[in-house]
Amino acid sequence: MLIGKSRDVRPSEITPRDAYLHRRGLLAGIGAVGLGALAGGADATAATLIAAKSALSTTEPMTLLKDVTSYNNYYEFGTDKGDPASNASTLKTAPWSVVIDGMVAKPATLTLEDMLKPVSLEERIYRMRCVEGWSMVIPWDGFPLADLLKRVEPLGSAKFVAFETVVRPAEMSGQRGVFQPLPWPYREGLRLDEAMHPLTIIATGLYGEPLPNQNGAPLRLVVPWKYGFKGIKSIVRISLVDKMPETSWQQQNKSEYGFYSNVNPAVDHPRWSQATERRIGEGGLSAKRRPTLPYNGYGEQVASLYAGMDLKANF
Amino acid sequence: MLRRAVYVIGALPAAWVFYRGFTDQLGADPVRSLEKTLGIWGLRFLVAGLAITPLRRLGGPNLVRYRRAVGLLAFFYASLHLYAYLWFDQGLDFAAIGKDILKRPYVTVGFAAFLILVPLAITSNTAMIKRIGGPAWQRLHKWVYLACALAATHFIMLVKSWPAEPLIYAGLVAALLAFRLVVYLQKRGGRARRAA
Repeated sequence: MLIGKSRDVRPSEITPRDAYLHRRGLLAGIGAVGLGALAGGADATAATLIAAKSALSTTEPMTLLKDVTSYNNYYEFGTDKGDPASNASTLKTAPWSVVIDGMVAKPATLTLEDMLKPVSLEERIYRMRCVEGWSMVIPWDGFPLADLLKRVEPLGSAKFVAFETVVRPAEMSGQRGVFQPLPWPYREGLRLDEAMHPLTIIATGLYGEPLPNQNGAPLRLVVPWKYGFKGIKSIVRISLVDKMPETSWQQQNKSEYGFYSNVNPAVDHPRWSQATERRIGEGGLSAKRRPTLPYNGYGEQVASLYAGMDLKANF
Repeated sequence: MLRRAVYVIGALPAAWVFYRGFTDQLGADPVRSLEKTLGIWGLRFLVAGLAITPLRRLGGPNLVRYRRAVGLLAFFYASLHLYAYLWFDQGLDFAAIGKDILKRPYVTVGFAAFLILVPLAITSNTAMIKRIGGPAWQRLHKWVYLACALAATHFIMLVKSWPAEPLIYAGLVAALLAFRLVVYLQKRGGRARRAA
Protein backbone atom coordinates (compact mmCIF):
# COMPACT_ATOMS: atom_id res chain seq x y z
CA MET A 1 0.00 0.00 0.00
CA LEU A 2 1.24 3.48 -0.85
CA ILE A 3 2.04 5.63 2.12
CA GLY A 4 0.67 8.61 0.25
CA LYS A 5 -2.74 6.97 0.11
CA SER A 6 -3.09 6.54 3.84
CA ARG A 7 -6.08 8.47 5.06
CA ASP A 8 -6.25 8.04 8.79
CA VAL A 9 -7.19 11.70 8.77
CA ARG A 10 -9.15 12.90 5.79
CA PRO A 11 -8.66 16.47 4.62
CA SER A 12 -12.41 16.86 4.88
CA GLU A 13 -12.28 16.07 8.57
CA ILE A 14 -10.00 19.03 9.09
CA THR A 15 -11.72 21.41 6.71
CA PRO A 16 -14.67 23.17 8.29
CA ARG A 17 -17.79 22.74 6.19
CA ASP A 18 -18.10 26.46 5.51
CA ALA A 19 -14.56 26.54 4.20
CA TYR A 20 -15.35 23.50 2.04
CA LEU A 21 -18.45 25.20 0.66
CA HIS A 22 -16.59 28.38 -0.12
CA ARG A 23 -13.32 26.82 -1.20
CA ARG A 24 -13.37 28.34 -4.64
CA GLY A 25 -14.00 31.77 -3.16
CA LEU A 26 -11.16 31.24 -0.70
CA LEU A 27 -8.74 30.24 -3.44
CA ALA A 28 -9.85 33.08 -5.67
CA GLY A 29 -9.42 35.55 -2.83
CA ILE A 30 -5.96 34.27 -2.02
CA GLY A 31 -4.97 34.50 -5.68
CA ALA A 32 -6.35 38.01 -5.98
CA VAL A 33 -4.14 39.42 -3.25
CA GLY A 34 -1.13 37.85 -4.87
CA LEU A 35 -0.43 35.25 -2.20
CA GLY A 36 -0.31 32.50 -4.77
CA ALA A 37 2.30 30.64 -2.75
CA LEU A 38 -0.27 30.04 -0.07
CA ALA A 39 -2.73 28.55 -2.53
CA GLY A 40 -0.81 25.29 -2.55
CA GLY A 41 -1.29 25.02 1.18
CA ALA A 42 -4.95 25.86 0.98
CA ASP A 43 -5.40 23.41 -1.87
CA ALA A 44 -4.07 20.58 0.25
CA THR A 45 -7.06 20.93 2.55
CA ALA A 46 -9.61 21.16 -0.27
CA ALA A 47 -11.40 18.28 -1.94
CA THR A 48 -9.31 15.75 -3.86
CA LEU A 49 -11.90 14.78 -6.46
CA ILE A 50 -12.57 17.13 -9.33
CA ALA A 51 -16.30 17.21 -9.91
CA ALA A 52 -18.35 19.70 -11.88
CA LYS A 53 -21.36 21.39 -10.31
CA SER A 54 -24.75 20.22 -11.50
CA ALA A 55 -28.07 21.98 -11.99
CA LEU A 56 -29.69 18.84 -10.56
CA SER A 57 -28.24 19.59 -7.11
CA THR A 58 -30.40 20.88 -4.29
CA THR A 59 -29.41 24.07 -2.47
CA GLU A 60 -30.62 22.77 0.89
CA PRO A 61 -28.06 22.73 3.74
CA MET A 62 -25.92 19.60 3.56
CA THR A 63 -25.75 17.01 6.32
CA LEU A 64 -22.42 17.10 8.17
CA LEU A 65 -19.76 14.73 6.86
CA LYS A 66 -19.44 13.14 10.31
CA ASP A 67 -23.15 12.25 10.30
CA VAL A 68 -23.10 10.99 6.69
CA THR A 69 -20.17 8.71 7.54
CA SER A 70 -21.19 7.53 11.03
CA TYR A 71 -24.92 6.82 10.65
CA ASN A 72 -25.29 4.14 8.01
CA ASN A 73 -27.35 1.15 7.05
CA TYR A 74 -24.98 -1.35 5.48
CA TYR A 75 -26.00 -4.73 6.88
CA GLU A 76 -22.95 -6.48 5.46
CA PHE A 77 -21.12 -4.79 8.35
CA GLY A 78 -23.80 -5.14 11.04
CA THR A 79 -27.33 -3.91 11.67
CA ASP A 80 -26.53 -1.07 14.08
CA LYS A 81 -26.20 2.39 12.50
CA GLY A 82 -22.68 2.73 13.92
CA ASP A 83 -21.51 -0.75 12.82
CA PRO A 84 -20.50 0.15 9.24
CA ALA A 85 -18.24 3.00 10.40
CA SER A 86 -16.62 0.66 12.97
CA ASN A 87 -16.32 -2.45 10.80
CA ALA A 88 -16.11 -1.47 7.14
CA SER A 89 -12.40 -0.70 7.05
CA THR A 90 -11.69 -4.42 6.56
CA LEU A 91 -13.14 -4.39 3.04
CA LYS A 92 -10.44 -4.20 0.36
CA THR A 93 -11.73 -1.89 -2.34
CA ALA A 94 -8.68 -2.00 -4.63
CA PRO A 95 -8.35 -3.65 -7.04
CA TRP A 96 -12.05 -3.60 -7.91
CA SER A 97 -13.90 -4.71 -10.99
CA VAL A 98 -17.51 -4.89 -12.05
CA VAL A 99 -19.03 -7.49 -14.36
CA ILE A 100 -21.58 -6.03 -16.75
CA ASP A 101 -23.49 -8.79 -18.52
CA GLY A 102 -26.87 -10.04 -19.66
CA MET A 103 -28.73 -8.48 -22.54
CA VAL A 104 -26.01 -6.19 -23.82
CA ALA A 105 -24.14 -6.08 -27.12
CA LYS A 106 -20.78 -5.58 -25.39
CA PRO A 107 -20.57 -7.41 -22.09
CA ALA A 108 -17.52 -6.35 -20.13
CA THR A 109 -15.59 -6.72 -16.92
CA LEU A 110 -14.46 -3.23 -16.06
CA THR A 111 -11.98 -2.20 -13.43
CA LEU A 112 -12.92 0.90 -11.51
CA GLU A 113 -10.26 2.81 -13.45
CA ASP A 114 -11.67 1.60 -16.81
CA MET A 115 -15.07 2.68 -15.72
CA LEU A 116 -14.00 6.17 -14.68
CA LYS A 117 -11.72 6.90 -17.65
CA PRO A 118 -14.37 8.07 -20.17
CA VAL A 119 -16.63 9.85 -17.67
CA SER A 120 -16.31 13.19 -15.94
CA LEU A 121 -17.41 13.35 -12.33
CA GLU A 122 -20.21 15.65 -11.28
CA GLU A 123 -21.16 16.80 -7.82
CA ARG A 124 -24.80 15.91 -7.17
CA ILE A 125 -26.22 17.23 -3.92
CA TYR A 126 -29.25 15.04 -3.32
CA ARG A 127 -31.78 14.48 -0.59
CA MET A 128 -31.63 10.91 0.75
CA ARG A 129 -34.75 9.53 2.43
CA CYS A 130 -34.39 6.31 4.42
CA VAL A 131 -37.36 3.95 4.62
CA GLU A 132 -36.98 4.23 8.42
CA GLY A 133 -38.18 7.85 8.43
CA TRP A 134 -35.01 9.94 8.47
CA SER A 135 -33.27 11.91 5.76
CA MET A 136 -29.99 13.59 4.85
CA VAL A 137 -28.67 15.94 2.15
CA ILE A 138 -25.50 14.46 0.67
CA PRO A 139 -23.02 15.90 -1.86
CA TRP A 140 -22.20 12.85 -3.96
CA ASP A 141 -19.51 12.76 -6.63
CA GLY A 142 -20.39 10.47 -9.50
CA PHE A 143 -21.60 10.07 -13.05
CA PRO A 144 -24.92 9.12 -14.66
CA LEU A 145 -25.52 5.37 -14.71
CA ALA A 146 -26.82 5.94 -18.26
CA ASP A 147 -23.26 6.78 -19.42
CA LEU A 148 -22.05 3.39 -18.24
CA LEU A 149 -25.01 1.47 -19.65
CA LYS A 150 -24.67 3.10 -23.08
CA ARG A 151 -21.09 1.87 -23.24
CA VAL A 152 -22.20 -1.77 -23.10
CA GLU A 153 -25.12 -1.18 -25.51
CA PRO A 154 -28.28 -2.69 -23.97
CA LEU A 155 -30.25 -4.90 -26.38
CA GLY A 156 -33.86 -4.12 -27.21
CA SER A 157 -34.92 -7.09 -25.10
CA ALA A 158 -33.41 -5.61 -21.92
CA LYS A 159 -36.12 -4.19 -19.67
CA PHE A 160 -34.54 -4.14 -16.21
CA VAL A 161 -31.14 -3.70 -14.57
CA ALA A 162 -30.12 -6.00 -11.71
CA PHE A 163 -27.29 -5.11 -9.32
CA GLU A 164 -25.27 -7.18 -6.84
CA THR A 165 -23.03 -6.23 -3.93
CA VAL A 166 -19.78 -8.05 -3.24
CA VAL A 167 -19.90 -11.13 -0.97
CA ARG A 168 -16.76 -11.46 1.17
CA PRO A 169 -17.53 -12.88 4.60
CA ALA A 170 -13.84 -12.68 5.49
CA GLU A 171 -13.92 -8.91 5.01
CA MET A 172 -17.56 -8.18 5.87
CA SER A 173 -18.41 -9.00 9.47
CA GLY A 174 -22.17 -8.89 8.93
CA GLN A 175 -21.93 -11.74 6.41
CA ARG A 176 -20.58 -14.05 9.12
CA GLY A 177 -22.22 -15.57 12.15
CA VAL A 178 -25.55 -16.95 13.23
CA PHE A 179 -27.78 -13.95 12.59
CA GLN A 180 -27.83 -13.18 8.88
CA PRO A 181 -30.28 -10.34 8.49
CA LEU A 182 -30.54 -10.57 4.67
CA PRO A 183 -29.88 -13.10 1.93
CA TRP A 184 -26.52 -12.31 0.26
CA PRO A 185 -25.49 -11.04 -2.14
CA TYR A 186 -27.46 -7.87 -1.55
CA ARG A 187 -29.52 -7.43 -4.72
CA GLU A 188 -31.28 -4.41 -6.11
CA GLY A 189 -32.95 -3.56 -9.37
CA LEU A 190 -34.32 -0.78 -11.52
CA ARG A 191 -36.49 -0.61 -14.57
CA LEU A 192 -34.29 0.31 -17.57
CA ASP A 193 -35.90 3.76 -17.93
CA GLU A 194 -35.29 4.45 -14.23
CA ALA A 195 -31.68 3.37 -14.67
CA MET A 196 -31.23 5.64 -17.69
CA HIS A 197 -32.80 8.66 -15.97
CA PRO A 198 -30.36 11.58 -15.61
CA LEU A 199 -30.92 11.73 -11.82
CA THR A 200 -29.70 8.15 -11.40
CA ILE A 201 -25.97 8.09 -10.72
CA ILE A 202 -23.12 5.82 -9.79
CA ALA A 203 -21.34 7.62 -6.95
CA THR A 204 -17.65 7.09 -6.28
CA GLY A 205 -17.21 9.92 -3.81
CA LEU A 206 -18.88 12.23 -1.34
CA TYR A 207 -17.87 15.65 -0.05
CA GLY A 208 -15.17 15.68 -2.73
CA GLU A 209 -13.39 12.58 -1.40
CA PRO A 210 -13.43 8.95 -2.54
CA LEU A 211 -16.36 7.13 -0.92
CA PRO A 212 -15.65 5.92 2.60
CA ASN A 213 -16.15 2.15 2.91
CA GLN A 214 -19.20 2.56 5.14
CA ASN A 215 -20.91 4.54 2.40
CA GLY A 216 -20.42 1.84 -0.23
CA ALA A 217 -16.89 2.18 -1.60
CA PRO A 218 -15.68 2.04 -4.22
CA LEU A 219 -18.92 2.57 -6.14
CA ARG A 220 -22.59 2.63 -5.31
CA LEU A 221 -25.93 3.46 -6.84
CA VAL A 222 -27.82 6.66 -5.91
CA VAL A 223 -31.47 7.01 -6.94
CA PRO A 224 -32.67 10.06 -5.04
CA TRP A 225 -36.43 9.62 -5.50
CA LYS A 226 -36.40 6.12 -3.99
CA TYR A 227 -35.86 4.97 -0.42
CA GLY A 228 -32.20 4.74 0.53
CA PHE A 229 -31.99 0.94 0.51
CA LYS A 230 -32.33 1.01 -3.30
CA GLY A 231 -28.88 2.62 -3.37
CA ILE A 232 -26.93 -0.63 -3.52
CA LYS A 233 -23.33 -0.37 -2.29
CA SER A 234 -19.97 -1.86 -3.32
CA ILE A 235 -21.35 -3.10 -6.65
CA VAL A 236 -19.63 -6.02 -8.40
CA ARG A 237 -22.25 -6.98 -10.96
CA ILE A 238 -24.71 -5.18 -13.19
CA SER A 239 -26.93 -7.37 -15.39
CA LEU A 240 -29.42 -6.28 -18.01
CA VAL A 241 -32.41 -8.61 -17.93
CA ASP A 242 -35.89 -8.92 -19.39
CA LYS A 243 -37.73 -9.84 -16.17
CA MET A 244 -38.17 -7.78 -13.02
CA PRO A 245 -35.35 -8.95 -10.74
CA GLU A 246 -36.11 -9.83 -7.12
CA THR A 247 -34.38 -7.62 -4.56
CA SER A 248 -32.90 -8.68 -1.20
CA TRP A 249 -35.51 -6.77 0.77
CA GLN A 250 -38.28 -8.41 -1.26
CA GLN A 251 -36.74 -11.80 -0.53
CA GLN A 252 -36.60 -10.87 3.14
CA ASN A 253 -40.19 -9.59 3.34
CA LYS A 254 -42.28 -9.31 0.21
CA SER A 255 -45.27 -7.68 1.86
CA GLU A 256 -43.19 -4.81 3.28
CA TYR A 257 -40.73 -3.98 0.51
CA GLY A 258 -41.69 -3.57 -3.13
CA PHE A 259 -39.59 -3.39 -6.28
CA TYR A 260 -40.21 0.31 -6.92
CA SER A 261 -39.84 1.70 -3.37
CA ASN A 262 -40.42 5.25 -4.54
CA VAL A 263 -40.57 7.72 -1.66
CA ASN A 264 -44.29 8.24 -1.11
CA PRO A 265 -45.82 9.88 1.97
CA ALA A 266 -49.24 8.50 0.98
CA VAL A 267 -48.16 4.85 1.04
CA ASP A 268 -47.11 3.79 4.53
CA HIS A 269 -44.69 1.05 5.39
CA PRO A 270 -46.97 -1.66 6.79
CA ARG A 271 -45.56 -1.06 10.26
CA TRP A 272 -44.93 2.69 10.32
CA SER A 273 -46.02 5.94 8.70
CA GLN A 274 -44.05 7.48 5.84
CA ALA A 275 -45.82 10.84 6.08
CA THR A 276 -42.97 12.65 7.85
CA GLU A 277 -39.23 12.39 8.31
CA ARG A 278 -36.52 13.70 10.61
CA ARG A 279 -33.68 15.51 8.85
CA ILE A 280 -30.43 14.32 10.42
CA GLY A 281 -28.46 17.09 12.12
CA GLU A 282 -31.39 19.46 12.25
CA GLY A 283 -32.02 20.74 15.74
CA GLY A 284 -30.67 17.94 17.96
CA LEU A 285 -33.20 16.70 20.51
CA SER A 286 -35.71 19.39 19.55
CA ALA A 287 -35.62 18.48 15.84
CA LYS A 288 -39.07 18.77 14.27
CA ARG A 289 -40.31 16.21 11.79
CA ARG A 290 -40.83 17.58 8.31
CA PRO A 291 -43.39 16.38 5.78
CA THR A 292 -42.06 13.80 3.32
CA LEU A 293 -42.49 14.81 -0.31
CA PRO A 294 -43.75 12.51 -3.10
CA TYR A 295 -40.75 11.09 -4.97
CA ASN A 296 -38.63 12.76 -2.27
CA GLY A 297 -39.23 16.10 -3.99
CA TYR A 298 -38.11 14.89 -7.44
CA GLY A 299 -41.65 14.43 -8.79
CA GLU A 300 -41.24 17.05 -11.49
CA GLN A 301 -38.43 15.02 -13.04
CA VAL A 302 -39.64 11.46 -12.46
CA ALA A 303 -43.41 11.30 -11.89
CA SER A 304 -43.93 10.77 -15.65
CA LEU A 305 -42.06 7.44 -15.40
CA TYR A 306 -45.00 6.10 -13.40
CA ALA A 307 -47.91 7.72 -15.28
CA GLY A 308 -51.02 5.58 -15.02
CA MET A 309 -49.51 3.16 -12.49
CA ASP A 310 -51.28 2.35 -9.24
CA LEU A 311 -48.62 3.46 -6.74
CA LYS A 312 -50.33 1.69 -3.84
CA ALA A 313 -50.08 -1.66 -5.66
CA ASN A 314 -46.62 -0.89 -7.09
CA PHE A 315 -45.01 0.28 -3.85
CA MET B 1 -30.09 1.67 52.53
CA LEU B 2 -29.03 -0.82 49.85
CA ARG B 3 -32.50 -0.54 48.39
CA ARG B 4 -32.08 3.21 48.09
CA ALA B 5 -28.78 2.62 46.33
CA VAL B 6 -30.59 0.47 43.75
CA TYR B 7 -32.88 3.40 42.91
CA VAL B 8 -29.97 5.82 42.62
CA ILE B 9 -27.78 3.51 40.54
CA GLY B 10 -30.75 2.48 38.44
CA ALA B 11 -31.49 6.10 37.56
CA LEU B 12 -27.92 6.79 36.40
CA PRO B 13 -28.37 5.57 32.79
CA ALA B 14 -31.29 7.98 32.42
CA ALA B 15 -29.26 10.88 33.77
CA TRP B 16 -26.39 9.95 31.47
CA VAL B 17 -28.47 9.68 28.30
CA PHE B 18 -30.26 12.98 28.96
CA TYR B 19 -26.93 14.66 29.72
CA ARG B 20 -25.50 13.39 26.43
CA GLY B 21 -28.72 14.36 24.63
CA PHE B 22 -28.66 17.96 25.81
CA THR B 23 -24.93 18.30 25.11
CA ASP B 24 -25.35 16.93 21.57
CA GLN B 25 -23.42 13.70 22.08
CA LEU B 26 -26.08 11.23 20.95
CA GLY B 27 -24.90 10.91 17.35
CA ALA B 28 -26.61 11.68 14.09
CA ASP B 29 -30.18 10.98 15.21
CA PRO B 30 -30.31 11.94 18.89
CA VAL B 31 -34.07 11.54 19.21
CA ARG B 32 -33.96 7.95 18.02
CA SER B 33 -30.96 7.24 20.22
CA LEU B 34 -32.73 8.69 23.30
CA GLU B 35 -35.90 6.68 22.62
CA LYS B 36 -33.99 3.48 22.06
CA THR B 37 -31.72 3.85 25.09
CA LEU B 38 -34.65 4.54 27.43
CA GLY B 39 -36.70 1.70 25.95
CA ILE B 40 -33.88 -0.80 26.26
CA TRP B 41 -33.26 0.14 29.90
CA GLY B 42 -36.96 -0.35 30.58
CA LEU B 43 -36.75 -3.79 29.01
CA ARG B 44 -33.59 -4.60 30.99
CA PHE B 45 -35.29 -3.81 34.29
CA LEU B 46 -38.35 -5.82 33.27
CA VAL B 47 -36.10 -8.79 32.50
CA ALA B 48 -34.18 -8.28 35.75
CA GLY B 49 -37.47 -8.26 37.70
CA LEU B 50 -38.58 -11.47 35.98
CA ALA B 51 -35.23 -13.12 36.76
CA ILE B 52 -35.38 -12.65 40.53
CA THR B 53 -37.61 -15.63 41.36
CA PRO B 54 -35.95 -18.12 38.97
CA LEU B 55 -32.56 -17.04 40.31
CA ARG B 56 -33.63 -17.86 43.88
CA ARG B 57 -35.32 -21.15 42.91
CA LEU B 58 -32.28 -22.28 40.98
CA GLY B 59 -30.05 -21.77 44.01
CA GLY B 60 -28.87 -18.23 43.37
CA PRO B 61 -29.04 -15.32 45.80
CA ASN B 62 -32.39 -14.13 47.06
CA LEU B 63 -32.83 -10.62 45.71
CA VAL B 64 -36.56 -10.43 46.29
CA ARG B 65 -36.26 -7.40 48.57
CA TYR B 66 -34.96 -5.39 45.59
CA ARG B 67 -37.78 -6.43 43.28
CA ARG B 68 -39.98 -3.44 44.01
CA ALA B 69 -37.10 -1.08 43.16
CA VAL B 70 -36.35 -3.00 39.96
CA GLY B 71 -40.01 -2.96 38.94
CA LEU B 72 -40.41 0.75 39.64
CA LEU B 73 -37.24 1.46 37.67
CA ALA B 74 -38.71 -0.48 34.74
CA PHE B 75 -41.79 1.75 34.96
CA PHE B 76 -39.59 4.85 35.28
CA TYR B 77 -37.79 3.97 32.02
CA ALA B 78 -40.99 2.95 30.25
CA SER B 79 -42.48 6.36 31.17
CA LEU B 80 -39.42 8.27 29.96
CA HIS B 81 -39.42 6.18 26.78
CA LEU B 82 -43.07 7.11 26.20
CA TYR B 83 -42.43 10.80 26.94
CA ALA B 84 -39.46 10.78 24.56
CA TYR B 85 -41.74 9.39 21.85
CA LEU B 86 -44.57 11.85 22.59
CA TRP B 87 -42.44 14.93 23.04
CA PHE B 88 -39.11 14.63 21.21
CA ASP B 89 -40.14 12.27 18.42
CA GLN B 90 -43.70 13.34 17.66
CA GLY B 91 -43.46 16.90 18.96
CA LEU B 92 -46.72 16.42 20.93
CA ASP B 93 -48.67 16.20 17.67
CA PHE B 94 -51.56 14.34 19.28
CA ALA B 95 -53.41 13.78 16.01
CA ALA B 96 -50.39 11.88 14.63
CA ILE B 97 -49.84 10.13 17.97
CA GLY B 98 -53.46 8.97 18.16
CA LYS B 99 -53.24 7.60 14.63
CA ASP B 100 -49.95 5.87 15.46
CA ILE B 101 -51.42 4.17 18.53
CA LEU B 102 -54.45 2.90 16.62
CA LYS B 103 -52.83 2.11 13.27
CA ARG B 104 -49.29 0.97 14.07
CA PRO B 105 -49.26 -2.40 15.77
CA TYR B 106 -45.80 -1.81 17.23
CA VAL B 107 -47.01 1.42 18.87
CA THR B 108 -50.25 -0.27 19.98
CA VAL B 109 -48.32 -3.14 21.54
CA GLY B 110 -45.80 -0.84 23.25
CA PHE B 111 -48.54 1.42 24.55
CA ALA B 112 -50.50 -1.58 25.88
CA ALA B 113 -47.40 -2.75 27.75
CA PHE B 114 -47.11 0.70 29.32
CA LEU B 115 -50.78 0.78 30.32
CA ILE B 116 -50.40 -2.58 32.09
CA LEU B 117 -47.44 -1.23 34.05
CA VAL B 118 -49.40 1.79 35.36
CA PRO B 119 -51.57 -0.03 37.96
CA LEU B 120 -48.60 -2.22 38.89
CA ALA B 121 -46.49 0.85 39.63
CA ILE B 122 -49.30 2.55 41.56
CA THR B 123 -49.70 -0.52 43.79
CA SER B 124 -45.98 -1.04 44.35
CA ASN B 125 -45.95 0.21 47.94
CA THR B 126 -46.65 -1.35 51.30
CA ALA B 127 -49.85 0.62 51.94
CA MET B 128 -51.41 -0.63 48.70
CA ILE B 129 -50.37 -4.25 49.37
CA LYS B 130 -52.12 -4.03 52.75
CA ARG B 131 -55.18 -2.42 51.25
CA ILE B 132 -55.56 -4.91 48.39
CA GLY B 133 -54.48 -7.96 50.37
CA GLY B 134 -51.57 -10.26 49.52
CA PRO B 135 -53.22 -12.88 47.25
CA ALA B 136 -55.18 -10.31 45.20
CA TRP B 137 -52.06 -8.16 44.92
CA GLN B 138 -50.07 -11.12 43.65
CA ARG B 139 -52.73 -11.95 41.07
CA LEU B 140 -52.67 -8.33 39.89
CA HIS B 141 -48.91 -8.32 39.56
CA LYS B 142 -48.89 -11.45 37.39
CA TRP B 143 -49.93 -9.04 34.61
CA VAL B 144 -46.26 -8.09 34.40
CA TYR B 145 -45.76 -11.33 32.43
CA LEU B 146 -47.97 -9.98 29.66
CA ALA B 147 -46.31 -6.56 29.83
CA CYS B 148 -42.87 -8.18 29.37
CA ALA B 149 -44.06 -10.27 26.42
CA LEU B 150 -45.59 -7.17 24.80
CA ALA B 151 -42.48 -5.05 25.41
CA ALA B 152 -40.21 -7.66 23.81
CA THR B 153 -42.62 -7.98 20.86
CA HIS B 154 -42.71 -4.19 20.51
CA PHE B 155 -38.91 -4.17 20.07
CA ILE B 156 -38.98 -6.88 17.39
CA MET B 157 -41.80 -5.14 15.53
CA LEU B 158 -40.06 -1.82 15.09
CA VAL B 159 -36.86 -3.05 13.46
CA LYS B 160 -36.27 -4.10 9.88
CA SER B 161 -35.18 -7.68 9.26
CA TRP B 162 -34.09 -9.80 12.27
CA PRO B 163 -31.19 -8.12 14.05
CA ALA B 164 -29.81 -9.97 17.06
CA GLU B 165 -30.54 -7.53 19.88
CA PRO B 166 -34.35 -7.66 20.00
CA LEU B 167 -34.24 -11.42 19.49
CA ILE B 168 -31.95 -11.82 22.49
CA TYR B 169 -34.33 -9.86 24.72
CA ALA B 170 -37.29 -11.81 23.39
CA GLY B 171 -35.39 -15.05 24.10
CA LEU B 172 -34.68 -13.98 27.70
CA VAL B 173 -38.30 -13.02 28.31
CA ALA B 174 -39.51 -16.28 26.73
CA ALA B 175 -37.13 -18.35 28.90
CA LEU B 176 -38.14 -16.55 32.10
CA LEU B 177 -41.84 -16.95 31.30
CA ALA B 178 -41.31 -20.60 30.37
CA PHE B 179 -39.81 -21.11 33.85
CA ARG B 180 -43.15 -19.96 35.35
CA LEU B 181 -45.09 -22.23 33.04
CA VAL B 182 -42.99 -25.25 34.02
CA VAL B 183 -43.42 -24.48 37.73
CA TYR B 184 -47.16 -24.05 37.23
CA LEU B 185 -47.50 -27.33 35.32
CA GLN B 186 -45.47 -29.19 37.94
CA LYS B 187 -47.69 -27.83 40.71
CA ARG B 188 -50.82 -28.75 38.82
CA GLY B 189 -49.39 -32.20 38.05
CA GLY B 190 -48.64 -32.63 41.76
CA ARG B 191 -52.18 -31.68 42.71
CA ALA B 192 -53.64 -34.02 40.09
CA ARG B 193 -51.56 -36.95 41.38
CA ARG B 194 -52.61 -36.23 44.96
CA ALA B 195 -56.24 -36.10 43.87
CA ALA B 196 -55.98 -39.45 42.06
